[in-house]
Amino acid sequence: MPTFDEFAPIGALLILSVVMVALITIISRLFGPYRPSLRKTAPYESGMKPIGPAVRRFPVRFYLIAVLFILFDIEVVFMLPWAVVFRQLGLFALIEMVIFIAILLVGYFYAWRKGALEWE
Amino acid sequence: MQECIDIFNTFAGCLTASGADPGLAQFLSILLGVVLVAMGPLVIVIFLIWVERKYAARVQDRLGPNRVGPFGLLQTFADALKLITKEDITPAGADKLIYNLAPIISVVSVILIWAVVPISPLHIGADLSIGALYFVAVGSIGTLAIMMAGWSSNNKYALLGAFRVVAQLVSYEVPLVFSLLVPVMFAGTMSMQGIVEAQLGMWFIVFSPLAALIFFISTQAETGRAPFDLIEAESELVAGYNIEYSGMKFGLFFAGEFLHVFTNALIFAILFTGGWLGPFVYQVPALGIIYLFAKGSIFYLLSLHLRNTLPRIRIDQLMSFNWKFLVPVSIANLILVAFLWKVIQLIGLLPGPENASDFLAHLPAAIIMLVGNLALTVVVLQMLRNVGRRAVAANAVSTPANAELDDQPYSLPVPH
Repeated sequence: MPTFDEFAPIGALLILSVVMVALITIISRLFGPYRPSLRKTAPYESGMKPIGPAVRRFPVRFYLIAVLFILFDIEVVFMLPWAVVFRQLGLFALIEMVIFIAILLVGYFYAWRKGALEWE
Repeated sequence: MQECIDIFNTFAGCLTASGADPGLAQFLSILLGVVLVAMGPLVIVIFLIWVERKYAARVQDRLGPNRVGPFGLLQTFADALKLITKEDITPAGADKLIYNLAPIISVVSVILIWAVVPISPLHIGADLSIGALYFVAVGSIGTLAIMMAGWSSNNKYALLGAFRVVAQLVSYEVPLVFSLLVPVMFAGTMSMQGIVEAQLGMWFIVFSPLAALIFFISTQAETGRAPFDLIEAESELVAGYNIEYSGMKFGLFFAGEFLHVFTNALIFAILFTGGWLGPFVYQVPALGIIYLFAKGSIFYLLSLHLRNTLPRIRIDQLMSFNWKFLVPVSIANLILVAFLWKVIQLIGLLPGPENASDFLAHLPAAIIMLVGNLALTVVVLQMLRNVGRRAVAANAVSTPANAELDDQPYSLPVPH
Protein backbone atom coordinates (compact mmCIF):
# COMPACT_ATOMS: atom_id res chain seq x y z
CA MET A 1 0.00 0.00 0.00
CA PRO A 2 1.30 3.48 -0.81
CA THR A 3 1.89 5.31 2.41
CA PHE A 4 2.15 8.96 3.33
CA ASP A 5 5.89 8.57 3.84
CA GLU A 6 6.28 7.34 0.31
CA PHE A 7 4.56 10.36 -1.18
CA ALA A 8 5.80 13.04 1.23
CA PRO A 9 8.95 13.83 -0.83
CA ILE A 10 6.81 14.11 -3.96
CA GLY A 11 4.49 16.57 -2.27
CA ALA A 12 7.52 18.58 -1.17
CA LEU A 13 8.94 18.41 -4.69
CA LEU A 14 5.63 19.58 -6.15
CA ILE A 15 5.47 22.62 -3.87
CA LEU A 16 9.14 23.48 -4.33
CA SER A 17 9.15 23.18 -8.11
CA VAL A 18 5.96 25.23 -8.45
CA VAL A 19 7.48 27.92 -6.27
CA MET A 20 10.76 27.91 -8.19
CA VAL A 21 9.17 28.06 -11.64
CA ALA A 22 6.66 30.68 -10.51
CA LEU A 23 9.58 32.70 -9.17
CA ILE A 24 11.17 32.68 -12.62
CA THR A 25 8.03 34.17 -14.19
CA ILE A 26 7.73 36.75 -11.40
CA ILE A 27 11.38 37.77 -11.86
CA SER A 28 10.78 38.26 -15.55
CA ARG A 29 7.79 40.48 -14.77
CA LEU A 30 9.97 42.56 -12.41
CA PHE A 31 12.92 42.97 -14.77
CA GLY A 32 11.11 43.36 -18.07
CA PRO A 33 9.20 46.45 -19.18
CA TYR A 34 5.43 46.41 -18.82
CA ARG A 35 3.66 48.84 -21.14
CA PRO A 36 0.53 47.18 -22.50
CA SER A 37 -1.28 48.97 -25.28
CA LEU A 38 -4.45 48.22 -27.21
CA ARG A 39 -2.55 46.99 -30.28
CA LYS A 40 -0.04 44.99 -28.28
CA THR A 41 -2.58 43.03 -26.29
CA ALA A 42 -4.86 42.28 -29.24
CA PRO A 43 -4.93 38.56 -30.10
CA TYR A 44 -2.52 37.71 -32.90
CA GLU A 45 -4.19 36.94 -36.19
CA SER A 46 -1.45 37.41 -38.74
CA GLY A 47 -1.70 41.16 -38.49
CA MET A 48 -5.43 41.29 -39.24
CA LYS A 49 -8.12 42.59 -36.94
CA PRO A 50 -9.41 39.61 -34.95
CA ILE A 51 -12.71 38.35 -36.37
CA GLY A 52 -15.27 36.97 -33.93
CA PRO A 53 -14.59 35.19 -30.66
CA ALA A 54 -11.61 32.86 -30.44
CA VAL A 55 -13.34 30.18 -28.40
CA ARG A 56 -15.77 28.55 -30.76
CA ARG A 57 -17.20 25.15 -31.66
CA PHE A 58 -14.70 22.44 -32.51
CA PRO A 59 -14.92 19.41 -34.81
CA VAL A 60 -16.52 16.33 -33.31
CA ARG A 61 -13.59 14.09 -34.27
CA PHE A 62 -11.57 15.46 -31.35
CA TYR A 63 -14.36 14.25 -29.10
CA LEU A 64 -14.23 10.82 -30.76
CA ILE A 65 -10.50 10.57 -30.15
CA ALA A 66 -11.04 11.47 -26.51
CA VAL A 67 -13.69 8.76 -26.11
CA LEU A 68 -11.44 6.15 -27.73
CA PHE A 69 -8.59 7.21 -25.48
CA ILE A 70 -10.71 6.83 -22.35
CA LEU A 71 -11.77 3.36 -23.50
CA PHE A 72 -8.18 2.19 -23.93
CA ASP A 73 -6.91 3.95 -20.84
CA ILE A 74 -9.44 2.26 -18.59
CA GLU A 75 -8.44 -1.04 -20.16
CA VAL A 76 -4.81 -0.34 -19.30
CA VAL A 77 -5.71 0.47 -15.72
CA PHE A 78 -7.04 -3.07 -15.41
CA MET A 79 -3.97 -4.53 -17.07
CA LEU A 80 -1.34 -2.84 -14.91
CA PRO A 81 -1.97 -4.90 -11.74
CA TRP A 82 -2.34 -7.98 -13.93
CA ALA A 83 1.13 -7.36 -15.41
CA VAL A 84 2.66 -6.86 -11.97
CA VAL A 85 1.51 -10.22 -10.58
CA PHE A 86 1.66 -12.05 -13.92
CA ARG A 87 4.50 -14.31 -12.81
CA GLN A 88 2.58 -15.63 -9.82
CA LEU A 89 -0.64 -16.20 -11.72
CA GLY A 90 -1.38 -19.40 -13.57
CA LEU A 91 -2.29 -20.01 -17.16
CA PHE A 92 -5.88 -19.04 -16.35
CA ALA A 93 -4.91 -15.36 -15.87
CA LEU A 94 -3.38 -15.26 -19.34
CA ILE A 95 -6.46 -16.78 -21.00
CA GLU A 96 -8.74 -14.46 -19.08
CA MET A 97 -6.76 -11.40 -20.15
CA VAL A 98 -6.77 -12.57 -23.78
CA ILE A 99 -10.58 -12.81 -23.59
CA PHE A 100 -10.71 -9.35 -22.01
CA ILE A 101 -8.57 -7.90 -24.80
CA ALA A 102 -10.58 -9.78 -27.43
CA ILE A 103 -13.78 -8.10 -26.19
CA LEU A 104 -12.04 -4.73 -26.45
CA LEU A 105 -10.75 -5.56 -29.91
CA VAL A 106 -14.29 -6.35 -31.11
CA GLY A 107 -15.25 -2.80 -30.19
CA TYR A 108 -12.03 -1.49 -31.70
CA PHE A 109 -12.64 -3.13 -35.09
CA TYR A 110 -16.28 -2.01 -34.99
CA ALA A 111 -15.08 1.56 -34.48
CA TRP A 112 -12.57 1.11 -37.31
CA ARG A 113 -15.26 -0.20 -39.70
CA LYS A 114 -17.64 2.60 -38.73
CA GLY A 115 -14.93 5.06 -39.72
CA ALA A 116 -14.28 6.44 -36.26
CA LEU A 117 -10.54 6.18 -36.86
CA GLU A 118 -10.63 8.10 -40.15
CA TRP A 119 -9.43 11.69 -40.06
CA GLU A 120 -11.23 13.39 -42.92
CA MET B 1 11.36 5.58 1.38
CA GLN B 2 14.90 5.46 0.05
CA GLU B 3 15.78 9.10 0.29
CA CYS B 4 19.38 9.05 -0.89
CA ILE B 5 20.45 6.78 1.93
CA ASP B 6 24.17 7.30 2.15
CA ILE B 7 24.54 11.06 1.76
CA PHE B 8 21.44 12.15 3.58
CA ASN B 9 21.63 9.75 6.48
CA THR B 10 25.15 10.93 7.16
CA PHE B 11 23.97 14.50 6.72
CA ALA B 12 21.16 13.92 9.20
CA GLY B 13 23.61 12.12 11.49
CA CYS B 14 26.00 15.06 11.36
CA LEU B 15 23.26 17.49 12.25
CA THR B 16 22.10 15.33 15.15
CA ALA B 17 25.66 14.95 16.39
CA SER B 18 26.19 18.70 16.27
CA GLY B 19 23.20 19.22 18.54
CA ALA B 20 20.17 19.52 16.23
CA ASP B 21 16.83 17.94 17.02
CA PRO B 22 16.65 14.51 15.23
CA GLY B 23 13.26 15.32 13.70
CA LEU B 24 14.56 18.63 12.40
CA ALA B 25 17.69 16.93 11.03
CA GLN B 26 15.52 14.37 9.22
CA PHE B 27 13.34 17.14 7.79
CA LEU B 28 16.36 19.14 6.62
CA SER B 29 17.92 16.13 4.92
CA ILE B 30 14.67 15.38 3.06
CA LEU B 31 14.48 19.04 2.08
CA LEU B 32 18.03 18.91 0.73
CA GLY B 33 17.18 15.84 -1.38
CA VAL B 34 14.07 17.51 -2.76
CA VAL B 35 15.99 20.68 -3.61
CA LEU B 36 18.57 18.60 -5.46
CA VAL B 37 15.92 16.70 -7.42
CA ALA B 38 14.18 19.96 -8.32
CA MET B 39 17.35 21.86 -9.22
CA GLY B 40 18.93 19.04 -11.24
CA PRO B 41 16.52 19.19 -14.19
CA LEU B 42 16.59 23.00 -14.29
CA VAL B 43 20.39 22.98 -14.53
CA ILE B 44 20.47 20.12 -17.03
CA VAL B 45 18.00 21.82 -19.36
CA ILE B 46 20.39 24.73 -19.86
CA PHE B 47 22.93 22.38 -21.39
CA LEU B 48 20.30 20.37 -23.26
CA ILE B 49 19.27 23.48 -25.18
CA TRP B 50 22.91 24.04 -26.12
CA VAL B 51 23.31 20.42 -27.28
CA GLU B 52 20.10 20.60 -29.25
CA ARG B 53 21.05 23.82 -31.03
CA LYS B 54 24.57 22.66 -31.71
CA TYR B 55 23.38 19.33 -33.11
CA ALA B 56 20.71 20.95 -35.29
CA ALA B 57 23.34 23.36 -36.56
CA ARG B 58 25.74 20.58 -37.50
CA VAL B 59 23.01 18.66 -39.30
CA GLN B 60 22.16 21.80 -41.27
CA ASP B 61 25.83 22.53 -42.03
CA ARG B 62 26.01 25.55 -39.71
CA LEU B 63 28.23 26.30 -36.75
CA GLY B 64 25.52 26.94 -34.18
CA PRO B 65 26.08 29.06 -31.07
CA ASN B 66 29.82 29.78 -30.79
CA ARG B 67 30.21 33.33 -29.47
CA VAL B 68 29.22 33.32 -25.79
CA GLY B 69 31.69 31.32 -23.75
CA PRO B 70 33.76 28.34 -24.95
CA PHE B 71 31.95 26.57 -27.86
CA GLY B 72 29.00 28.84 -27.17
CA LEU B 73 28.26 26.95 -23.95
CA LEU B 74 27.01 30.07 -22.18
CA GLN B 75 24.64 31.00 -25.01
CA THR B 76 21.67 29.63 -23.09
CA PHE B 77 22.46 31.82 -20.08
CA ALA B 78 22.55 34.84 -22.37
CA ASP B 79 19.23 33.79 -23.89
CA ALA B 80 17.66 33.27 -20.47
CA LEU B 81 18.80 36.76 -19.38
CA LYS B 82 17.35 38.21 -22.56
CA LEU B 83 14.03 36.42 -22.07
CA ILE B 84 13.82 37.62 -18.46
CA THR B 85 14.21 41.26 -19.52
CA LYS B 86 11.61 40.98 -22.29
CA GLU B 87 8.13 42.40 -21.92
CA ASP B 88 5.59 39.90 -20.72
CA ILE B 89 2.39 40.43 -22.70
CA THR B 90 -0.96 39.05 -21.59
CA PRO B 91 -3.43 39.25 -24.46
CA ALA B 92 -6.71 41.07 -23.94
CA GLY B 93 -9.54 38.71 -23.10
CA ALA B 94 -7.19 35.99 -21.87
CA ASP B 95 -8.11 34.02 -18.78
CA LYS B 96 -5.30 35.47 -16.65
CA LEU B 97 -5.02 32.78 -14.00
CA ILE B 98 -5.00 29.83 -16.40
CA TYR B 99 -2.85 31.74 -18.88
CA ASN B 100 -0.14 32.33 -16.28
CA LEU B 101 -0.44 28.88 -14.75
CA ALA B 102 0.01 26.92 -17.99
CA PRO B 103 3.79 27.40 -18.52
CA ILE B 104 4.42 26.67 -14.83
CA ILE B 105 2.48 23.40 -15.01
CA SER B 106 4.22 22.47 -18.23
CA VAL B 107 7.65 22.59 -16.55
CA VAL B 108 6.55 21.24 -13.17
CA SER B 109 5.00 18.14 -14.76
CA VAL B 110 8.41 17.22 -16.18
CA ILE B 111 10.32 18.00 -12.98
CA LEU B 112 7.91 15.74 -11.08
CA ILE B 113 8.88 12.78 -13.29
CA TRP B 114 12.42 13.15 -11.97
CA ALA B 115 11.21 12.08 -8.54
CA VAL B 116 11.02 8.46 -9.74
CA VAL B 117 14.17 8.42 -11.88
CA PRO B 118 16.62 6.05 -10.14
CA ILE B 119 20.07 7.48 -10.80
CA SER B 120 22.11 4.90 -8.87
CA PRO B 121 21.51 1.84 -6.66
CA LEU B 122 21.05 4.17 -3.69
CA HIS B 123 19.81 7.41 -5.14
CA ILE B 124 16.22 8.00 -6.11
CA GLY B 125 13.88 10.82 -5.19
CA ALA B 126 11.15 8.49 -4.01
CA ASP B 127 11.05 4.78 -4.90
CA LEU B 128 7.28 4.57 -5.33
CA SER B 129 5.76 1.11 -5.58
CA ILE B 130 3.75 2.49 -8.52
CA GLY B 131 6.65 4.30 -10.21
CA ALA B 132 5.76 3.35 -13.78
CA LEU B 133 2.13 4.41 -13.32
CA TYR B 134 3.32 7.63 -11.71
CA PHE B 135 5.47 8.35 -14.76
CA VAL B 136 2.45 8.01 -17.07
CA ALA B 137 0.16 9.99 -14.78
CA VAL B 138 2.52 12.89 -14.18
CA GLY B 139 3.74 12.93 -17.76
CA SER B 140 0.21 13.52 -19.02
CA ILE B 141 -0.24 16.59 -16.82
CA GLY B 142 1.83 18.31 -19.50
CA THR B 143 -1.06 17.71 -21.92
CA LEU B 144 -3.30 19.61 -19.53
CA ALA B 145 -0.88 22.56 -19.57
CA ILE B 146 -1.05 22.71 -23.36
CA MET B 147 -4.85 22.63 -23.33
CA MET B 148 -4.89 25.38 -20.69
CA ALA B 149 -2.51 27.53 -22.74
CA GLY B 150 -4.52 27.10 -25.92
CA TRP B 151 -7.89 27.70 -24.29
CA SER B 152 -6.94 30.70 -22.18
CA SER B 153 -4.99 32.62 -24.85
CA ASN B 154 -8.14 33.89 -26.59
CA ASN B 155 -6.53 33.18 -29.95
CA LYS B 156 -7.80 31.00 -32.78
CA TYR B 157 -4.41 29.62 -33.75
CA ALA B 158 -3.65 28.74 -30.14
CA LEU B 159 -6.95 26.94 -29.70
CA LEU B 160 -6.62 25.01 -32.96
CA GLY B 161 -3.07 24.09 -32.10
CA ALA B 162 -4.07 22.95 -28.63
CA PHE B 163 -6.88 20.75 -29.96
CA ARG B 164 -4.52 19.06 -32.37
CA VAL B 165 -1.82 18.61 -29.79
CA VAL B 166 -4.15 17.15 -27.22
CA ALA B 167 -5.59 14.75 -29.80
CA GLN B 168 -2.04 13.70 -30.68
CA LEU B 169 -0.71 13.35 -27.14
CA VAL B 170 -3.78 11.53 -25.89
CA SER B 171 -3.66 9.12 -28.84
CA TYR B 172 0.00 8.25 -28.50
CA GLU B 173 -0.42 7.61 -24.81
CA VAL B 174 -2.26 4.37 -25.61
CA PRO B 175 0.67 2.55 -27.31
CA LEU B 176 3.02 4.18 -24.79
CA VAL B 177 1.24 2.55 -21.87
CA PHE B 178 0.77 -0.76 -23.66
CA SER B 179 4.51 -1.00 -24.33
CA LEU B 180 5.23 0.17 -20.78
CA LEU B 181 3.30 -2.88 -19.56
CA VAL B 182 5.94 -5.19 -21.07
CA PRO B 183 8.87 -4.24 -18.78
CA VAL B 184 6.42 -4.10 -15.86
CA MET B 185 5.41 -7.67 -16.66
CA PHE B 186 9.03 -8.84 -16.94
CA ALA B 187 10.04 -7.17 -13.69
CA GLY B 188 6.87 -8.06 -11.80
CA THR B 189 6.84 -4.64 -10.20
CA MET B 190 6.04 -1.04 -11.07
CA SER B 191 8.80 0.37 -8.90
CA MET B 192 11.46 1.96 -11.10
CA GLN B 193 14.26 0.71 -8.87
CA GLY B 194 12.76 -2.80 -9.08
CA ILE B 195 12.55 -2.63 -12.89
CA VAL B 196 16.22 -1.67 -13.11
CA GLU B 197 17.31 -4.43 -10.72
CA ALA B 198 15.28 -7.02 -12.66
CA GLN B 199 17.50 -6.32 -15.67
CA LEU B 200 20.62 -7.50 -13.86
CA GLY B 201 20.89 -10.61 -16.04
CA MET B 202 19.53 -9.31 -19.32
CA TRP B 203 18.25 -5.98 -20.59
CA PHE B 204 14.54 -5.90 -21.42
CA ILE B 205 15.28 -4.51 -24.87
CA VAL B 206 16.61 -7.98 -25.75
CA PHE B 207 13.43 -9.62 -24.50
CA SER B 208 11.15 -7.35 -26.48
CA PRO B 209 12.78 -4.98 -28.98
CA LEU B 210 9.36 -4.34 -30.50
CA ALA B 211 7.98 -2.93 -27.24
CA ALA B 212 11.10 -0.78 -26.92
CA LEU B 213 10.63 0.54 -30.45
CA ILE B 214 6.95 1.34 -29.87
CA PHE B 215 7.82 3.04 -26.59
CA PHE B 216 10.48 5.13 -28.29
CA ILE B 217 8.16 6.20 -31.13
CA SER B 218 5.39 7.06 -28.66
CA THR B 219 7.69 9.14 -26.47
CA GLN B 220 8.90 10.92 -29.58
CA ALA B 221 5.26 11.77 -30.35
CA GLU B 222 4.48 12.60 -26.71
CA THR B 223 7.15 15.30 -26.74
CA GLY B 224 5.98 16.58 -30.11
CA ARG B 225 9.24 15.99 -31.95
CA ALA B 226 9.57 15.57 -35.71
CA PRO B 227 8.18 13.65 -37.53
CA PHE B 228 5.32 14.27 -35.08
CA ASP B 229 5.86 18.00 -34.56
CA LEU B 230 2.38 19.12 -35.54
CA ILE B 231 2.48 21.00 -32.25
CA GLU B 232 4.55 23.66 -33.96
CA ALA B 233 3.29 23.41 -37.49
CA GLU B 234 4.72 26.86 -38.26
CA SER B 235 3.36 26.88 -41.78
CA GLU B 236 -0.25 26.32 -40.69
CA LEU B 237 -0.64 27.40 -37.09
CA VAL B 238 2.13 30.02 -36.88
CA ALA B 239 3.33 28.64 -33.56
CA GLY B 240 0.51 26.55 -32.15
CA TYR B 241 -0.66 26.69 -28.57
CA ASN B 242 2.11 29.03 -27.31
CA ILE B 243 1.55 31.74 -29.91
CA GLU B 244 0.47 34.44 -27.43
CA TYR B 245 3.23 33.77 -24.93
CA SER B 246 6.22 36.06 -24.77
CA GLY B 247 9.34 36.45 -22.71
CA MET B 248 10.15 33.93 -20.02
CA LYS B 249 6.77 32.18 -20.21
CA PHE B 250 7.50 31.23 -23.79
CA GLY B 251 10.93 30.13 -22.66
CA LEU B 252 9.41 27.93 -19.96
CA PHE B 253 7.31 26.04 -22.50
CA PHE B 254 10.46 25.34 -24.47
CA ALA B 255 12.53 24.44 -21.44
CA GLY B 256 9.76 22.00 -20.49
CA GLU B 257 9.77 20.45 -23.94
CA PHE B 258 13.56 20.01 -24.13
CA LEU B 259 13.61 18.58 -20.63
CA HIS B 260 10.75 16.22 -21.45
CA VAL B 261 12.70 14.75 -24.37
CA PHE B 262 15.72 14.06 -22.17
CA THR B 263 13.57 12.72 -19.34
CA ASN B 264 11.87 10.34 -21.74
CA ALA B 265 15.27 9.18 -22.99
CA LEU B 266 16.25 8.47 -19.38
CA ILE B 267 12.99 6.60 -18.75
CA PHE B 268 13.62 4.57 -21.89
CA ALA B 269 17.11 3.73 -20.64
CA ILE B 270 15.65 2.70 -17.28
CA LEU B 271 12.84 0.56 -18.67
CA PHE B 272 14.68 -1.18 -21.48
CA THR B 273 18.45 -0.90 -21.17
CA GLY B 274 19.04 -1.35 -17.49
CA GLY B 275 19.21 2.24 -16.21
CA TRP B 276 22.16 2.60 -13.88
CA LEU B 277 23.34 -1.00 -14.32
CA GLY B 278 26.95 -1.40 -15.42
CA PRO B 279 30.27 -2.84 -14.27
CA PHE B 280 31.21 -2.17 -10.61
CA VAL B 281 28.05 -0.19 -9.98
CA TYR B 282 27.41 -1.91 -6.64
CA GLN B 283 30.93 -1.18 -5.40
CA VAL B 284 30.84 2.47 -6.49
CA PRO B 285 27.18 3.61 -6.62
CA ALA B 286 28.16 6.97 -8.09
CA LEU B 287 29.10 5.18 -11.31
CA GLY B 288 25.38 4.49 -11.79
CA ILE B 289 24.80 8.18 -12.50
CA ILE B 290 27.36 8.06 -15.31
CA TYR B 291 25.92 4.85 -16.79
CA LEU B 292 22.36 6.15 -16.70
CA PHE B 293 23.23 9.49 -18.27
CA ALA B 294 25.43 7.84 -20.90
CA LYS B 295 22.61 5.51 -21.93
CA GLY B 296 20.04 8.30 -21.77
CA SER B 297 22.26 10.56 -23.88
CA ILE B 298 22.45 7.95 -26.64
CA PHE B 299 18.66 7.82 -26.92
CA TYR B 300 18.48 11.59 -26.58
CA LEU B 301 20.89 12.01 -29.50
CA LEU B 302 18.88 9.47 -31.50
CA SER B 303 15.77 11.53 -30.84
CA LEU B 304 17.63 14.71 -31.88
CA HIS B 305 18.82 13.05 -35.05
CA LEU B 306 15.29 11.94 -35.95
CA ARG B 307 14.02 15.43 -35.26
CA ASN B 308 16.56 17.03 -37.53
CA THR B 309 16.39 14.62 -40.44
CA LEU B 310 12.72 13.68 -40.87
CA PRO B 311 9.96 15.72 -42.48
CA ARG B 312 6.69 16.44 -40.71
CA ILE B 313 3.75 14.11 -41.38
CA ARG B 314 0.16 15.23 -41.93
CA ILE B 315 -2.41 15.02 -39.12
CA ASP B 316 -4.45 12.28 -40.82
CA GLN B 317 -1.27 10.24 -41.31
CA LEU B 318 -0.36 10.89 -37.69
CA MET B 319 -3.72 9.62 -36.44
CA SER B 320 -3.81 6.63 -38.79
CA PHE B 321 -0.27 5.66 -37.83
CA ASN B 322 -1.26 5.61 -34.19
CA TRP B 323 -4.76 4.12 -34.23
CA LYS B 324 -4.39 1.72 -37.13
CA PHE B 325 -0.80 0.66 -36.63
CA LEU B 326 0.82 1.36 -33.27
CA VAL B 327 -2.20 0.46 -31.09
CA PRO B 328 -2.93 -2.94 -32.68
CA VAL B 329 0.77 -3.81 -32.89
CA SER B 330 1.37 -2.89 -29.25
CA ILE B 331 -1.63 -4.97 -28.13
CA ALA B 332 -0.50 -7.93 -30.27
CA ASN B 333 2.99 -7.58 -28.88
CA LEU B 334 1.71 -7.53 -25.31
CA ILE B 335 -0.35 -10.70 -25.82
CA LEU B 336 2.57 -12.42 -27.56
CA VAL B 337 5.01 -11.45 -24.84
CA ALA B 338 2.63 -12.62 -22.09
CA PHE B 339 2.04 -15.91 -23.91
CA LEU B 340 5.75 -16.61 -24.49
CA TRP B 341 6.59 -15.56 -20.93
CA LYS B 342 4.04 -18.06 -19.61
CA VAL B 343 5.36 -20.81 -21.93
CA ILE B 344 8.94 -20.16 -20.81
CA GLN B 345 7.79 -20.27 -17.20
CA LEU B 346 5.87 -23.53 -17.71
CA ILE B 347 8.79 -25.34 -19.37
CA GLY B 348 11.06 -24.11 -16.58
CA LEU B 349 13.45 -21.87 -18.51
CA LEU B 350 12.54 -18.75 -16.55
CA PRO B 351 15.44 -17.74 -14.30
CA GLY B 352 14.42 -17.52 -10.66
CA PRO B 353 15.58 -15.06 -8.03
CA GLU B 354 18.60 -17.27 -7.20
CA ASN B 355 20.24 -16.68 -10.60
CA ALA B 356 18.82 -13.23 -11.33
CA SER B 357 22.23 -11.83 -12.19
CA ASP B 358 23.31 -14.79 -14.33
CA PHE B 359 23.53 -13.81 -17.99
CA LEU B 360 23.58 -17.40 -19.28
CA ALA B 361 20.49 -18.37 -17.28
CA HIS B 362 18.54 -15.67 -19.15
CA LEU B 363 19.83 -16.67 -22.57
CA PRO B 364 17.29 -19.39 -23.53
CA ALA B 365 14.36 -17.22 -22.43
CA ALA B 366 15.81 -14.24 -24.28
CA ILE B 367 16.26 -16.22 -27.49
CA ILE B 368 12.66 -17.47 -27.40
CA MET B 369 11.35 -13.97 -26.75
CA LEU B 370 13.56 -12.48 -29.45
CA VAL B 371 12.43 -15.02 -32.05
CA GLY B 372 8.81 -14.37 -31.10
CA ASN B 373 9.30 -10.63 -31.49
CA LEU B 374 11.01 -11.02 -34.83
CA ALA B 375 8.22 -13.30 -36.06
CA LEU B 376 5.62 -10.70 -35.10
CA THR B 377 7.68 -8.01 -36.85
CA VAL B 378 7.82 -10.07 -40.04
CA VAL B 379 4.06 -10.71 -39.95
CA VAL B 380 3.34 -7.01 -39.39
CA LEU B 381 5.68 -5.95 -42.19
CA GLN B 382 4.06 -8.47 -44.54
CA MET B 383 0.60 -7.12 -43.68
CA LEU B 384 1.81 -3.57 -44.25
CA ARG B 385 3.25 -4.56 -47.61
CA ASN B 386 -0.09 -6.08 -48.68
CA VAL B 387 -1.96 -2.94 -47.59
CA GLY B 388 0.54 -0.79 -49.46
CA ARG B 389 0.25 -2.85 -52.65
CA ARG B 390 -3.54 -2.67 -52.54
CA ALA B 391 -3.37 1.10 -52.05
CA VAL B 392 -1.01 1.49 -54.99
CA ALA B 393 -3.22 -0.71 -57.19
CA ALA B 394 -6.37 1.21 -56.20
CA ASN B 395 -4.59 4.49 -56.89
CA ALA B 396 -3.45 3.38 -60.33
CA VAL B 397 -7.01 2.35 -61.29
CA SER B 398 -8.76 5.46 -59.97
CA THR B 399 -6.46 8.07 -61.49
CA PRO B 400 -5.66 7.14 -65.09
CA ALA B 401 -5.68 10.78 -66.14
CA ASN B 402 -2.89 11.67 -63.76
CA ALA B 403 -0.88 8.68 -64.88
CA GLU B 404 -1.06 9.91 -68.47
CA LEU B 405 0.07 13.35 -67.41
CA ASP B 406 3.03 11.85 -65.62
CA ASP B 407 4.07 10.00 -68.74
CA GLN B 408 4.35 13.13 -70.82
CA PRO B 409 7.84 14.50 -71.27
CA TYR B 410 8.43 17.24 -68.80
CA SER B 411 10.85 20.08 -69.31
CA LEU B 412 11.64 23.21 -67.37
CA PRO B 413 11.04 26.51 -69.14
CA VAL B 414 14.42 27.75 -70.30
CA PRO B 415 15.08 31.48 -69.75
CA HIS B 416 16.48 33.30 -72.77
